[in-house]
Amino acid sequence: MRVLIVEDDATLGDGLSVGLRLAGFTPDLVTTCADARAALDTDDFGAMVLDVMLPDGSGRDLLASLREQGVDLPVLMLSALDQVRDRITGLDAGADDYLGKPFDLDEVTARLRALSRRSEGRAQPQSHWNGLTLDPSRMEGQLNGAPLRFSRREFAILSALMDRPGAILDRAALEDRLYGWQEGVESNAVEVHIHNLRAKLGTRFIQTVRGVGYRLAPEGAP
Amino acid sequence: MNSIRLRLFLILMLATGFVWLSGVVWTQYSTRAELRRVLDARLAEAAQMVSSLISDRRIDISEATDLAAGPQPNTVSGYSHRLSCQIWSLDGTLVGRSGGAPQGRLAGNVTGFANTMVDGAEWRVHTVVNADLGLRVMVGDSLAVRNRLVSDVTKGLILPALLILPALAALIWLSVGRGLAPLNRMAGALAARDASDLSPLETPLRDELRPFGAALNGLFARVASARARERDFTAFAAHELKTPLAGLKTQAQIAAMAEDDDTRRHALAQIQTSVTRTDRLARQLLDLTRAETVRDDGASVSAATVLHEIADDLARMAETKSVEIRPEIPDRDGTVIGDAALLSVALRNLLENAIQAAPEGSVVDLSLHRDSGNLRIAVKDRGPGIAQTDRARATERFYRGADAGAQGSGLGLAIAAAAAGRLGGTLTLTPRDGGGECAILVLPVTGT
Repeated sequence: MRVLIVEDDATLGDGLSVGLRLAGFTPDLVTTCADARAALDTDDFGAMVLDVMLPDGSGRDLLASLREQGVDLPVLMLSALDQVRDRITGLDAGADDYLGKPFDLDEVTARLRALSRRSEGRAQPQSHWNGLTLDPSRMEGQLNGAPLRFSRREFAILSALMDRPGAILDRAALEDRLYGWQEGVESNAVEVHIHNLRAKLGTRFIQTVRGVGYRLAPEGAP
Repeated sequence: MNSIRLRLFLILMLATGFVWLSGVVWTQYSTRAELRRVLDARLAEAAQMVSSLISDRRIDISEATDLAAGPQPNTVSGYSHRLSCQIWSLDGTLVGRSGGAPQGRLAGNVTGFANTMVDGAEWRVHTVVNADLGLRVMVGDSLAVRNRLVSDVTKGLILPALLILPALAALIWLSVGRGLAPLNRMAGALAARDASDLSPLETPLRDELRPFGAALNGLFARVASARARERDFTAFAAHELKTPLAGLKTQAQIAAMAEDDDTRRHALAQIQTSVTRTDRLARQLLDLTRAETVRDDGASVSAATVLHEIADDLARMAETKSVEIRPEIPDRDGTVIGDAALLSVALRNLLENAIQAAPEGSVVDLSLHRDSGNLRIAVKDRGPGIAQTDRARATERFYRGADAGAQGSGLGLAIAAAAAGRLGGTLTLTPRDGGGECAILVLPVTGT
């Protein structure tokens, strides 16, 4: 999942980027409100981690204006101002969740998973399809009881497909999920990861729709 | 004497006593004068009467003396005031005298009033010369009696005063207490206040207490605003420290869970940078507090020495950024600045800012000039300069320009400006010709 991080402190921004990447997200980091707007205009993000105090304004104001424009992206607000009053104003500005600094990296990733789950209308942490159970918190899965481990990118592709079973995702959409701005896109990376996934899940778990993209095979099909 | 009540009491008592004493002295004086006038008139009248009686020869000369002396022993009053009369012939033989008159001659060869000593006592005598009969008529009375009259009148004034005095003292003591009651009420209202209550005094105040109350209310307002500033600052400082802490924690967690060495090394390097920056932030917070509050006794160090010290201190920091600090300081400048520590704080922050802003391989100029009683210290870099939109707020605490790197705490310029203000000078920030920023400290010179 692409996550936009809006944080002006270099160390914290870097930490969040690396940490989220390690947890299976595809993070992008910006440091100002203006950059955040630009990023949201050009790219499709699954969630946003937003600091309140930014050099060119308040994250709270940014969020309020985004919500006014109809942006319904899940937003996790981070702030050193963590009095009850601050949390309330943050949540009322349109945040879906609020974390006071300093926070635990695992908590940030757990909350982001919960936010994305909710935004997709699911309550259960694991997703299930055709005998495969996927656990986003551990980036692991079980196929008919047998444990499976995935690389970060394999997991990203698989969870993108599992989020909306049956929907066709084209290569560009999958690449978008895989790569942040800093990472160079390898030309046939998606094919390689699909190939590896098929080796683990069976050749017919993921279907290729010629000329369009990939989708999960209908339930009961493989 | 710390008690206003006691003080007022003593002042009032002394004043009352003084007025009373003045009254007594005046009464004594005027009584004496009046008495003398009345009794003298009587002496003159009596002498005249005797003289005219004997002139008419209506009575015998020897009996005439008793007429002037009046009725015999007056037993009613203790003053038993009696006139004595003597009639002498002009050649100096006693012709007659009244019953109580002394043996000695009452007066010499004078006419009119005279004070004389007769048989060891003082007398007041009026002499009339009856030229027709060749006689001298003298009528006198004893001054001792007159004096007793006066002193009795005075005693009559002082005695009741001594009796009334304790009552008066008690009354004054109570009245002063009552008069000071508004002061006590005000003190009570102040004493009953909570330490955090800085609202204005609402007790209705007497005219005399109103300036006092106004001064107190002014003080309350100043303390309240200083306290609010302090609270804002503390909240801000806590906030500013929490962000680097969050960064440190996140990086530490990454270092702990990273599976490859590169990620771990990267996280550890981030931790080191962040610790350095947080350390600087902590130092700046202390600097700011120092620049805004602490009053140093100001070691007498020359400004040039301070500049050299700071330039040396920051040389290493500049080196890691491949920036050169180029000081241009007159060798023999002995100009002394009021507080060397404050100057050092201001300068260090300006120079740190300049080094951070300066591009690699560039030069930061540090110069010192003296002109007409002022010292101008300039720090110039070739960095991007302060954005026009941020210029107005550049010296606000914790204000970071939108374009500022993630390095700054937003305190450096605030510290420099506060320190300059405390030194009685100013800090001006202007764009430098040819790109960059030019910070100029203008400070008054205290001595050479």
